[in-house]
Amino acid sequence: MMGRRTRLALWQLRRSFSSMLGLGLVSGIVLLALLGPWIVPYPDDVAGAVNIAGKLRPPSAAHWFGTDEVGNDILTRVIIGARLSLLVGMGITLAAACIGVPLGILAGTAGGVVREAVMRLTDLFLSVPGLVLAIALVAALGPGIVNAMVALVLVWWPGYVRLAEAKALSLREEPFIEAARVAGASRFRILWRHVLPNSLSPIIVKMSMDVGQAILAVASLGFLGLGAKPPTPEWGAMISIARGYLPDWWWYAICPGAFIYASVLGFNLLGDGLRDILDPRSNRR
Amino acid sequence: MNRSFRFDSVMLWYLARRLALAGVMLFGLVCLTFVIANVAPSDPAALAAGPDAGRSQIEQARREYGLDKPLPEQFLRYVGDLAQGEFGRSVATGRSVGRDLGRYFPATLELCLVAMTIGLAVGIPLGMLSALFKDRWLDQLTRIFAVSGIALPPFWFGLLLQLGFATWLGWLPTSGRLGVATEPPEPITGMLLLDSVLRGDAALFWQSASYIILPALVLSLPCLASILRVNRSEMVECLRADYITAARAHGTVPWRLVAVHALKNATLPTLAIIGLRWGWMMSSTVLVETVFDWPGTGLYAVSSAIAGDFKPVMGVTLIVGLNFMLANLVVDLLYGVLDPRLRDA
Repeated sequence: MMGRRTRLALWQLRRSFSSMLGLGLVSGIVLLALLGPWIVPYPDDVAGAVNIAGKLRPPSAAHWFGTDEVGNDILTRVIIGARLSLLVGMGITLAAACIGVPLGILAGTAGGVVREAVMRLTDLFLSVPGLVLAIALVAALGPGIVNAMVALVLVWWPGYVRLAEAKALSLREEPFIEAARVAGASRFRILWRHVLPNSLSPIIVKMSMDVGQAILAVASLGFLGLGAKPPTPEWGAMISIARGYLPDWWWYAICPGAFIYASVLGFNLLGDGLRDILDPRSNRR
Repeated sequence: MNRSFRFDSVMLWYLARRLALAGVMLFGLVCLTFVIANVAPSDPAALAAGPDAGRSQIEQARREYGLDKPLPEQFLRYVGDLAQGEFGRSVATGRSVGRDLGRYFPATLELCLVAMTIGLAVGIPLGMLSALFKDRWLDQLTRIFAVSGIALPPFWFGLLLQLGFATWLGWLPTSGRLGVATEPPEPITGMLLLDSVLRGDAALFWQSASYIILPALVLSLPCLASILRVNRSEMVECLRADYITAARAHGTVPWRLVAVHALKNATLPTLAIIGLRWGWMMSSTVLVETVFDWPGTGLYAVSSAIAGDFKPVMGVTLIVGLNFMLANLVVDLLYGVLDPRLRDA
């Protein structure tokens, strides 16, 4: 038997069309990523089989989204690409949250010099818009998917500091924190058992939206030639090759782009729906 | 008289504090670019000396660029050069980065200004309309449109627009800033639309407009979407407020109620989002300019980053950061003018 709150949340989620659409898109992408190797129509094309005779074919019953410049099935490569994009998107978000949230809670509860130092550093990283800073970092580290991830984590963590700090600051004065302190709870226990769980909902909402944005950012770097390198089935890198085959072989770019769009849309809608449930008082921005 | 004096001193204090904060941030930004440039695993001296350089040539390049000096000294030199508008020299082309930035930046600025105009001109009225028709089909439609605007990959959307409007319909040119046959005019501001107006050259104006429309549209979409959503939610709040009920009871005509009373109060949060969005727009130019071969700072940064050419990338980072900071400063100041309560904050 589910708890009352869970059932209420599920009911709220079901009532909203856009949340359900988001949930559907996200579960679809996750399923494709999980089942990928077993359901793709042409498993040999994943590793990069070469079939020059069948290259650049338009969409057909055999190849729903056509074939690419070496005759690989585009749909197959895009489905396998979902694994990479999803993994990288979640990895970046998780790493950014793991750096940002503790720092934010520390800044919000400690105050004084610590807070000033952490928040000014955060402001500094936020003073250059993300993608440009990521490109600067990739230029310094060298292109490649791992360096692109590192760069995006470095760009992403400050957002979590801001969020966690604001939340922790507002919680600091709450009576139940005061009560825990009076009852003799250690500082760490207060942070871990009281402050963190109570700051969790906006963080979860932000994380669910950020997975989508991170997928988009990784694809953007891939498209620019600063992320994953072409034989890897990465969506952005695929579009960057496809661009060379426009306009005559237009279908090449359609499928990878549609998958990026669907996954970013899915995570955004889901995050929006989660916010309505978990964090109803916050402003929708 | 006494009251207006007080107002001025409060305002000046607010201004001074914001400016000081921006100065500190600017210095931080300079430090940040210096750190990024120096944590790089690649050796800038080897890069400058070229791929076939021997050990002695690399050492010579190291001395030439001052890379053998201790880091604090290098940093001071870096700051000093920047203060004189000297961004260093591109390793790949040997050209001065400052001069390159001067040439490319007007193109980017023009693109962003047009995109922001589209965002405001479409976003605000649509936000107003969807607030008025809250929860009806129009509202649902704009909601889907707004979420799509943020989720659409700009580079993919740009390719689709090129395919549709340039290749298939043939209405607009595919990419670039001007046709190959057109000689670019001697720049006044470097912004073609503005320059052609200043020269009274209508043909040039329409030509550059036809080139800018697609990239500006792609660039404006996320900005348009967030302006729309913020404006909508603020309007919904405002329309519920007591003063609107009071105005209505007073017999104010409905359009005035919405377009004057509610809109004025919904402007402030919209203003805040514009500052934020200006920076994001500047950063999306790297994608849009790559797709449309728009010769601006974004394309410059990307091609330099791919070549491993550092100075141009750092130059663009600084310029974009500076722009973002200025936009936020302007927004902060406007906020202070429009909302007196914030001056004490």
